[in-house]
Amino acid sequence: MLEQDTGLSLAIAQIVQRLKGSSLHSQLERQARGSLHKPEIKLDSLKEDIKEFLKTSGWEKRLQNAVYSELNVFPSPCHPAAPPEHMKEPLVYMRKAQGSWEKRILKSLNSMCTELSIPLARKRPIGEQKELLNKWNEMGTDEPDLSLFRPVYAPKDFLEVLMNLRNPNYENGDQPSFRNHLGLIQVPLKVKDIPELRDYFSELGLNTGQLGIDDSTQVPPELFENEHVRVGQTVLTEQDSAAAQQYVRQGCPTALRAELWALILNISNQPEDILYYEQLKSNVIQHDLLVDSLIYKDVKLTASNDDYYFVFEDYLYQVLLCFSRDTSVLEHFSYSSATPPKSYIRGKLGLEEYAVFYPPNALSQLNSFIISVAPLCFLYHEPSKLYQIFREMYVRFFFRLHSISSHPSGIVSLCLLFETLLQTHLPQLFYHLREIGAQPLRISFKWMVRAFSGYLATDQLLLLWDRILGYNSLEILAVLAAAVFAFRAVNLMEVTSLAAAEAVLADLSTLKVMPLLQIFLFATVT
Amino acid sequence: MEPPAPSLGHGAGFPMAPDPALCTVRSPVALQVGDVKTDLARPGVAVIDVALPPTQPLDLQEIVFKNSYTAFLTVRVQRRRPCDVGREGARKWVTCLWNHCLMPSPHTEAGSQDYFSVFRHQMLCDVDQVTAVRLILRQPSPVWLHFTLEELRLYPRGQQSLQTGFPSWLSNLAPQQQPENLHGGVPDPEKVSTEVQQLWVLTEMIRANQTAARIGRFDVDGCYDINLLSYT
Repeated sequence: MLEQDTGLSLAIAQIVQRLKGSSLHSQLERQARGSLHKPEIKLDSLKEDIKEFLKTSGWEKRLQNAVYSELNVFPSPCHPAAPPEHMKEPLVYMRKAQGSWEKRILKSLNSMCTELSIPLARKRPIGEQKELLNKWNEMGTDEPDLSLFRPVYAPKDFLEVLMNLRNPNYENGDQPSFRNHLGLIQVPLKVKDIPELRDYFSELGLNTGQLGIDDSTQVPPELFENEHVRVGQTVLTEQDSAAAQQYVRQGCPTALRAELWALILNISNQPEDILYYEQLKSNVIQHDLLVDSLIYKDVKLTASNDDYYFVFEDYLYQVLLCFSRDTSVLEHFSYSSATPPKSYIRGKLGLEEYAVFYPPNALSQLNSFIISVAPLCFLYHEPSKLYQIFREMYVRFFFRLHSISSHPSGIVSLCLLFETLLQTHLPQLFYHLREIGAQPLRISFKWMVRAFSGYLATDQLLLLWDRILGYNSLEILAVLAAAVFAFRAVNLMEVTSLAAAEAVLADLSTLKVMPLLQIFLFATVT
Repeated sequence: MEPPAPSLGHGAGFPMAPDPALCTVRSPVALQVGDVKTDLARPGVAVIDVALPPTQPLDLQEIVFKNSYTAFLTVRVQRRRPCDVGREGARKWVTCLWNHCLMPSPHTEAGSQDYFSVFRHQMLCDVDQVTAVRLILRQPSPVWLHFTLEELRLYPRGQQSLQTGFPSWLSNLAPQQQPENLHGGVPDPEKVSTEVQQLWVLTEMIRANQTAARIGRFDVDGCYDINLLSYT
């Protein structure tokens, strides 16, 4: 491990390196140069005066927000001797598992390409480009024949892969012993227990006001809600990312949510961002990719059939098609355990200068999180801002739900956390479900992998995602899954098959998220 | 004086000293009561002996290794002292690192495959003129089949050279950030000079690297006509 001081200087150097060349850097330079004309800037104390100017004009705050954002997204620097794969994923067997999973997906894409004789990418003829441009805002009215396309994988395939993860250095005997986990996940990752979770989620405690509980109609708003909204408005005026992140741990008022989330994710929708989005749109119009059809099919299957999200179908196409062309997403591969799939320009196989990533943002497994775009449509109506928010949420959080890694917010840790919580605090229920062949993870996996989108009512989902942003971690998904099981424990104890258990847990739309979490974390007798 | 050159195989990191010292690392020997082959219980202790060339005792600066499921590490060294010259008998072993924790939760994976550095200022005793190093590994959890350390390297003290002219913003960094260091009196000059040396190399790295800002094009000269995806 790096010791404290060297670690700090290395982190500083890396952040400076990343911010250099960004638009914030050039804006700061421009501001500093422009300030030279001001009378209060004196030559003999130039540096101090410029620093003072940047502080009072609010630019220092923006720089602070940018640095805070970098700290949140990128992991702390590794030991210098560690190779880059180590920063993506320190455990060798997990890297191997992720590699073979990716190979499976690539094979599937390649075979789809050859079977259907559709090229992976093709340049659209001018006529088709014009047509697409005309109906850009209503792509949902298109009904192309998608029957031949099948999704690249289903969530239960992914669950199978996770179940078969084994550490070769771990004693995985056939004899049941204390070493074998009773659940489906068999890797010994460190997960938090309830005392640690109570400490970690201390702002969700019984003595702290929460939106989702203390704003219900029976509670007079003077007790908590009014003050909370006032604090939220102050945070927005101050434009402080770190304060906003702390604030949303108690929930966001609906009116302020869109701006607060944008502040936390450090999205400011500058003209160059809008221009970037337009460039992506023109990329979509120029080239047609095979994954586009997969996206169409997925959106039609999931969002279009949902009672709440079908209105946003057109938005979903606009965001997702542009997302698959976005090369800036490639940056997150430095801290993700996944590796981008490569291909070569036709006729130039093996020549490195003709190697490109496919799709351009290198994410072929888009299904199952498509539905996580839809809730954002409630908050943002402008396509370029919606796009940026979604992209930032993806490279911060949601990518961890689709790759195999040992990160505490990765899907493997979330599954293990869920199973451990259930086993420890509802042992009878866990045993009963296991005996009837209904391993709890088989039911809750699909909730967690979609971050509960499409299962909870939208306002509850947004309250949950407030906490994901506030704590910068997905662990709350596992805690909520366990809390749901705890809530329906009485009914679940009476079922006798997996199908019946699924029926008990089929409808989550009436659940209130915050009371469930509070009771499970702080009011359960252990 | 020439600044130390980065050594190969170090990843993106900064070098601590010119090159790792030449030494022979023996494979770990498990300490076990009873017969190693037939006993079912796992040994929880293993010892790695590192022998240095007898004519070149080492002034140890840093030990770098990759962990492989070891939970606690103790390091003992044998030093050549002026009073030992002419005397044959066994030299004394001195403990310079006691029960250093590598895995905070030994039954789980945290820290199990990470890279670690142990510096001379973390050690309990003086580590100059070292002739042999012994690493005692402990893994109290019985769930792991094997535990050891890999890629073990010892670094001698390098030249303390300072290149002038590194960016001034870097020299302005340190004072504001760590006021608490001054409570213990003046910080150890050796430690400070090592760190400044490391900072210098970092800035050289940054100066050499261009900005990584992307242009945003995913095709090659307007063409995105691709073959099938490659598996490698």
